[in-house]
Amino acid sequence: MSLLLLAALPALGGAGLVLAGPRADRVASALSASVALAALVAVLGLGQQSEQTVPFLRGLPWRLAVDGLSLALAVTVCVVTICVLLSVPAQVQARRGRLCGYLLLFLSAVLLTLTARDLLALLVGWELMGAASYALIAHDLRDRRAVGSATTALLTTRALDVGLYAAAGTALAGAGSLALDELPEMTGWPLQLAALGVLAAALGKAAQLPVSFWLSRAMDGPSPVSALLHSAAMVAMGGYLLVRTAPLLAASGWADDAAAWIGVITAVALGVVALVQTDLKQLLAASTASQLGFVVLAAGVGGTAAGGAHLVAHAAVKSLLFLAAGLWLHALGTKQLDGLRGAAVRAPVVGVLAVVGLLSLGGLPPLALWGSKDAVLAAALERSPALYVAGLLATVLSAAYAGRALAVVLSSPGSRRRVRLPWTAWGPLVPLAAGAALLSLLALGVTGARFEQLLGADLPPVEPVGLAVSGALAVTVLALMWVRGEAVAAALPPAARDWWHLEAGAHAVAVRPVLALSRVLASFDDRVLDRAVMAAAPSARRLAARLARTDDRVLDGAVEGSASAAVRVAAASGRFDLGGIDAGVTAVAGAARRLGAQARRPQTGQLHHYYGQAAALLAAATVLLLIGR
Amino acid sequence: MLDLLVFLPLVAAVGVAALPRLPDRAALGVLVGVTGVELALALGLWAGYEPGGGVTDSIAYERTLRWIPTVDSGYHVGVDGLSLPLLLLTAAVFFCCALYAWREQLRPRTFTALLLFLETTCLGVFASLDLILFFVFFDLSIVGMYFLIAGWGHGQAARSALKFFLYTFLGSLALLVGFLALFAGADPHTFDMVKLAQDPPLQGRPLAGGLALLAIGTGLAVKTPTVPFHTWLPPAHTDAPAVGSAILAGVLLKMGTYGFVRIALPMLPEAWRTWAVVAVVVGAVGILYGALVALAQTDLKRMIAYTSVAHMGYVLLAVGAAGMTGGTDAEARTVAVTGAVTQMVSHGFITAALFLLAGVLQDRASSYDLDSYGGLSSAAPRFSALFAVAAFASLGLPGFTGFLAEFQVLAGSLGAAPVGVVVALLGLLVTAGLFLWAISRLLLGEPGRLTGRVADLRPSELAGIVPLLALALVLGVLPRPMLEVIEPAAAAVVQLVSR
Repeated sequence: MSLLLLAALPALGGAGLVLAGPRADRVASALSASVALAALVAVLGLGQQSEQTVPFLRGLPWRLAVDGLSLALAVTVCVVTICVLLSVPAQVQARRGRLCGYLLLFLSAVLLTLTARDLLALLVGWELMGAASYALIAHDLRDRRAVGSATTALLTTRALDVGLYAAAGTALAGAGSLALDELPEMTGWPLQLAALGVLAAALGKAAQLPVSFWLSRAMDGPSPVSALLHSAAMVAMGGYLLVRTAPLLAASGWADDAAAWIGVITAVALGVVALVQTDLKQLLAASTASQLGFVVLAAGVGGTAAGGAHLVAHAAVKSLLFLAAGLWLHALGTKQLDGLRGAAVRAPVVGVLAVVGLLSLGGLPPLALWGSKDAVLAAALERSPALYVAGLLATVLSAAYAGRALAVVLSSPGSRRRVRLPWTAWGPLVPLAAGAALLSLLALGVTGARFEQLLGADLPPVEPVGLAVSGALAVTVLALMWVRGEAVAAALPPAARDWWHLEAGAHAVAVRPVLALSRVLASFDDRVLDRAVMAAAPSARRLAARLARTDDRVLDGAVEGSASAAVRVAAASGRFDLGGIDAGVTAVAGAARRLGAQARRPQTGQLHHYYGQAAALLAAATVLLLIGR
Repeated sequence: MLDLLVFLPLVAAVGVAALPRLPDRAALGVLVGVTGVELALALGLWAGYEPGGGVTDSIAYERTLRWIPTVDSGYHVGVDGLSLPLLLLTAAVFFCCALYAWREQLRPRTFTALLLFLETTCLGVFASLDLILFFVFFDLSIVGMYFLIAGWGHGQAARSALKFFLYTFLGSLALLVGFLALFAGADPHTFDMVKLAQDPPLQGRPLAGGLALLAIGTGLAVKTPTVPFHTWLPPAHTDAPAVGSAILAGVLLKMGTYGFVRIALPMLPEAWRTWAVVAVVVGAVGILYGALVALAQTDLKRMIAYTSVAHMGYVLLAVGAAGMTGGTDAEARTVAVTGAVTQMVSHGFITAALFLLAGVLQDRASSYDLDSYGGLSSAAPRFSALFAVAAFASLGLPGFTGFLAEFQVLAGSLGAAPVGVVVALLGLLVTAGLFLWAISRLLLGEPGRLTGRVADLRPSELAGIVPLLALALVLGVLPRPMLEVIEPAAAAVVQLVSR
C-alpha cells in the first residue's frame, strides 16, 4: 500500500495544480518542486521494498516492489524533476500551473512504472506516461505544429505499446499470471509473443529505430518538458524496461540479440543524424536516441549494471543540456546552431555548465558518460566483437556531435553583448552539472562496487586498456571537431538531416494506407451495406404493389369469376330443367293422351264389330288354354 | 423494491401525462426528481446485494407472479451480478440526462412522460427473468426511442427514426422466433429464463440449437449493433436529440449485448460453443471496421456512433472467446467475460457523456462538422477539458473504466482467439488515432468558422456530463466494488457455457 501512495502523491499534487487553472501560475513552480522533493524523500526513506500486492482484478493484483535498479532510477528521476520544475519560471511564460501539474502527473506515472512488477501495473504507468507527455508537448494549445507533434509522439508510442497488451494476454494464457518474474518461465509461443511484445513497447518508448522520428517531433514542446521526458524519464523508461526484463529476452533466444543489434545500430545511425543537425534541440534529441541505443545494447547483452549506470549518467547530462538550450532560447531567441555561436561566451555561467555537459556527452574522461559507456562496451565485447566495434563507432560519433556543438558555442560570438541570467534561471542546472561531472564513479572503483551491490548485478571487469582507448578516442575526436567540424558534418549524407526520412516512411507505410482504407470502408459502409438495407424498403414496396395487383386481379378476379360462372350454371340448369325434365314429363303426358285416344278406337257402336271382337278374344283364349295345358 | 424501481417512472409518466395543465418547469422538475429517486433506489438495491453467482442461482429481489400459466410465462423479475451493474447504469444515465435536459423547450411535459416511460422499459429489460417479459420491454423501448427521435430530433429525424424502428423491430422478431424455439425445445415447455438456463433446451440437437442460435444471434446482433447490421445506428444518432443519443448509446445498445450473456450463452451452450468463432470474427472485425470508418467521418456524432460499433465489438469478442473452450483456461475466459460486462457499463457512461457534449455543439451552432470548429480550448475551456477527458477515456486510457474493460477482454481472449485479439489491437490503435485527431480538430489550433458561437457549458449541461465522467474515473481507479459484483456472475456464465 505504501508504494502505491508513493506513486499517488505526486499525482494528487499534479491534479490539483491542473484543476486550479491560471490562479496557480505564480506558485506552481515552488509548490510542485516541494511535492517532488517530498516524493524524493519518500523514495529515499522507503529504500528497497519487497513485493506488495494491491487488489485490482480478480486473481490479477498489482505487484509493486523497489529494488536497487528501481531505487537508483527513482532517485534520478525525482532529482531531475525537481531541477526541471525549478527552472520552469525562467523558461516558460504561459500557464505554468498546468505545465507543472502535468509534470507532476508524469512523475507519478514514472514512479508507478518503476515500482511495477506485473504487466498490468506496468501498462497503467506506461500509458499514463504517454498521456501526460501528450499534454506536455502540446502545452501551447494554439500551436498546430506542437499539437500535431504531440499526436505523432503519442500515436507512435501507442502503436508499439499494444505489444504490452499482447504480452499480457499471452502471460495470462501461458503462465496464468501477469508477474514479470514468471514470464521467463513460459515456453513455446506464449514466451516468444511476450518477449516480442515487451521488446516492441520498450523500443518504441526508447525512440529506437525505426520509430525514432517521434522524438524529433517531440522537440516542439517546451524545453523543460524535453529535459525531463526526453532525457531522464520517458525514453529512459524504454531502456529501463529492457534492463528489467533482460531474463525474458534471454529466455526467448532471439530477443536479446535483436535488442543488442537494434540498440547499437540506432546508436550509430542516430549519431550520424545528430552530427548533421542545425538545430540544437534536434541535435540533443538525436543524441538521446543514440545514447538510449547504448542502454538497449547493454540490456541485450545482459549488462544490467552498465545499462543502469548509463541511464543515470545520461539523465543528468541530457537534462542539463536541454535546460541550457532552453535558457539560450529564452535569452538569445534561437535554438539554431548558427544563432548560438558563442552562446557560452555571452552567458558565461550557463556556458560553463553547458560545456561540462557537452564534454561529458562527448565521453571525455573522467566525466559521467565516459565510464558508463565504457562499461556497456565491455559488456558488449563479452558477447560479440562486432557489437563492440559498432559501439566504438557510436562512441566516436557521440564525441563528434558533442564536439561540433562545443565548437559552435565556444566560438567567438556575433554580438559582444553579455546576457545576464538570474541565479534562479541557472541554479537548477548546477546539481545536474555536478552529476554530469561525477557520475562516472557509478561504473568505476569503490563507488562502482557499491552500485553493483545496489543493483545486485555485476559490472564488467575494468579494463584499463579499454578505458584508455575510449578516452583517447574521445579526446581526439573532440579536438578534430574543434578544428574541422563543419567539413565533417557536410561530408555526411543529407538524408540524415531529416532523420533518415523515418517520419515520411512511417507516413507512407502506416498512416496513409490506414487513412485510405478508412475512406474506402466508410464509402463501402454508406454505398454498399447501407444501400442494401435501404434497397429493402422500395423492394418491399414494389413487392407489396405486386401482391396488391395479384390480390385484385387473381384472387378477387377468381371470386368474381366464380360468381358469373354460378350465374351461367344456373341459367343452364334452368334451361335443362325446362327443356329436359319438364319436356320429358310433358312427353309422357302426351303419350298417355295418344294411348287413350287409341284405346277409344274399338268403341265404334257397331254390333257386328263387337261380335267380331268377342269371337277374336274367345279364339285367343282357347289357344292360350290349349298351349298352357 | 425491484418492482418499485421498474414501475415508478411509468406511474410518474402517466401522472404527468394526465395533468394537461402541469407547468413546463414542474414537469422537468418531476423528471429530475423521479430519476433521482430511481438512482437512489438502484443504489439501495446495490447496498443490499450479496455478491454471489448469477444466471441460475444467487438471484436477489426475486419475484414471480402468474401471467400466462399455459406457456409457463410469468412476471418473473430479479437481480444478479449481470443485471445489477446495468440497472445502476440505466438509473445513472437517465438521471444525468434529466439534469442535462433541465432547459428543454420543446413540449417538456410530453418529453418528461416519454422519458420516464422509456426508463421503465429499459429497467424492465434488465430486471426481467422471463423471455416474454424481456421481449415486451425490449420492444416497448424501441417504441419509446422512436417517438423520442421523431419528436425531438433534427435533420431527417422522421426518416432516421423510422429506419431505426423498422430495423430493430425486425431484429426483435428474429429474437422472438428464437425464443419460441427455446420454448418448444424445453421439456417442460417454459419461457422462464432461470429454468431454461438451469436445464438448457436443445442440448444434443445441433441443428435445432444452431437454428435457434441463428435467430437469437441475429436479433441481438441487430440491436448491439454488429457489423453488418449496424447501418441504422449512424443516422439514428445524427438526427436524435442529445438526450436521445445518450440513452440510445448508453442503455439501449446494452440490451443486445446483455442478451448474449443472459440468454445466448447460458441457454444454448452447445450451439454457442460450436459457433463461437463467428462471434469472435464478428467482434474483431467490428472493432477494426468501426474504428476505421469512424476515422473517415467529418461529422462528430457519426464518428462517435461508429466508435460505439467498435466498442461493442469488444463484448462480442469476449463472449466468443468464452465459448471457445478447447484447451483454454476457464480463468482467462472469466476475465474476458468480466471485461465484456465492464465494457457495457464503461461504454454506457463514457459514450453517453460524449453524446451529451456533442449535443452542446448542436445547441449552440446546429452543426456537428468537425472542421468547422477549432480552438475551442480557448473559446469554451470547460467543454474542451471535458471533451478531452471523455475522448481519452473512450480510447482506453488507464484510470478510466474503458481501459479496465478493454484490457480484460484482450488479455482474457488472447489464449482462445489470438488472431481476433491482434485485429482488435489494431482497432485499439486506430481508435486512439481518431480520438486524438478529433481533439486536434475540435479543440486545438486556430478558431474555426463556428467557434465563436460556442458558449461554454451551462450549469445544467455540466451537471449532466460531469457525473458520468466522474463515475468512469472513480470506477476506473477503484474498480473493486463494481468488479466484486460482476466477477462471480461472469464465472457463472463461463461455467454454464462449458456444459
